[in-house]
Amino acid sequence: MEKQTCDQCIRLENIFKAYEGKEILSDFNLAIRRGEFLTVIGSSGCGKTTVLKLINGLIRPDSGRILINGQDLADLDLIRLRRNIGYVIQEVGLFPHMTVARNISYVPDLIGKETKGDIRSRTRDLIQLVGLEPELLLRYPSELSGGQRQRVGLARALAASPDILLMDEPFGAVDEITRKQLQQEIKGIHQKLGVTIFFVTHDIREAMKLGTRVLIMDQGKIMQEDTPSYVRDHPREGFVQDLLESYLDNSCS
Amino acid sequence: MAQKVWNIYLDRSDFFIQLSLEHLRISGTAILFGAMIGLILGVLISEYRKTTPVILGMTNLIYTIPSISLLGILIPFTGIGNTTAIIALTVYALLPMVRNTYAGITSIEPSVIEAARGMGSTPLEILVKIKLPLATTVILAGLRNMIVMTIALAGIASFIGAGGLGVAIYRGITTNNMAMTMAGSLLIALLALLSDFLVGGIEKSVKRKWRLK
Repeated sequence: MEKQTCDQCIRLENIFKAYEGKEILSDFNLAIRRGEFLTVIGSSGCGKTTVLKLINGLIRPDSGRILINGQDLADLDLIRLRRNIGYVIQEVGLFPHMTVARNISYVPDLIGKETKGDIRSRTRDLIQLVGLEPELLLRYPSELSGGQRQRVGLARALAASPDILLMDEPFGAVDEITRKQLQQEIKGIHQKLGVTIFFVTHDIREAMKLGTRVLIMDQGKIMQEDTPSYVRDHPREGFVQDLLESYLDNSCS
Repeated sequence: MAQKVWNIYLDRSDFFIQLSLEHLRISGTAILFGAMIGLILGVLISEYRKTTPVILGMTNLIYTIPSISLLGILIPFTGIGNTTAIIALTVYALLPMVRNTYAGITSIEPSVIEAARGMGSTPLEILVKIKLPLATTVILAGLRNMIVMTIALAGIASFIGAGGLGVAIYRGITTNNMAMTMAGSLLIALLALLSDFLVGGIEKSVKRKWRLK
């Protein structure tokens, strides 16, 4: 019942998490709606990556509940869950011994339900969706540029048609021009596929540009969460204002 | 001298062929067991890091025992002959395999494992599809070392009554027949070099196929 009526695709309730006695998150609450593009920004160590990894169960909370489509993460089969959640990290983590094609079809191959032909044709569609030529499918990751690798990582994350896409500073290691292109690309993909995106970044401009909602974190606490335009016009005093200053300076000039 | 050795090969070709085959059988069996057990132990200590110091320490310790005394220690338990030789050689073969398997797996880029885990691979899938293929070249390098070492070490097996080319060496020493000793030694070296070349070839083609460094 709850599943059908719930438009909140991800819910984190009263999460506590500490590492070696150091508290990262305390009484953390967050709800993400279906189809939302949530960008999460904060300084390093603020807990944003921890939140991301809580969603696909790579990190378990000390206490609190995580609900995915209304179901408690603790009751879910984590392997199946992760296969339905796209995962993109800054280092990309492409498998160096596999061709681009096999990298992209990694999860469908694991699931093993579709025919080889179906997987192959979707791999071709995906590589074009992320703006690359199908010729690259036969290459190995070491033969690609940084931007191309990140695109392949994105295609790989989308291969099993996930509802949710988790992205951890995905464009942090590419050059400025490539980053702009990739930002356009992911925005287009979000509109096209309607996938829910949880996007961690430390670049305020990126957060404001991409998100349908921006979440600003500091020391494990949510400082503000709202649409980019509302945050720009009504930044909460203190941390958020300081953070936005640099952004506004840049966008005015 | 070279002429003498050559003549011995010609005169006693049956003898040397038989010894070479036996040598390959003894060292081959030990290599097979050593590779399998070593691989399993290496995977075990890289998956369960708590076991690392114990198993690595133990294989290291065994490695420091002089081979001749290990053979001596084994005789009361397994008697003399090929079995004892194979056990001793297997035990020595473990260290390079364990160490290289462990090194190969632990040196994989953490982001690669992280991506595999985050995308919903089971630990077994990560091991089979990611870790072992990526560790292959390092494991093969260890295997190559181990094979050469085992073939050479099998030469002393004859001291406890096992067969192989050590028999020729031993006979050469006891009868003061230098040419016989040389003939046995050269064949051991030849076998070791050939297998080194063979595994080296496999290593190279795997590297090329998987674009590994």
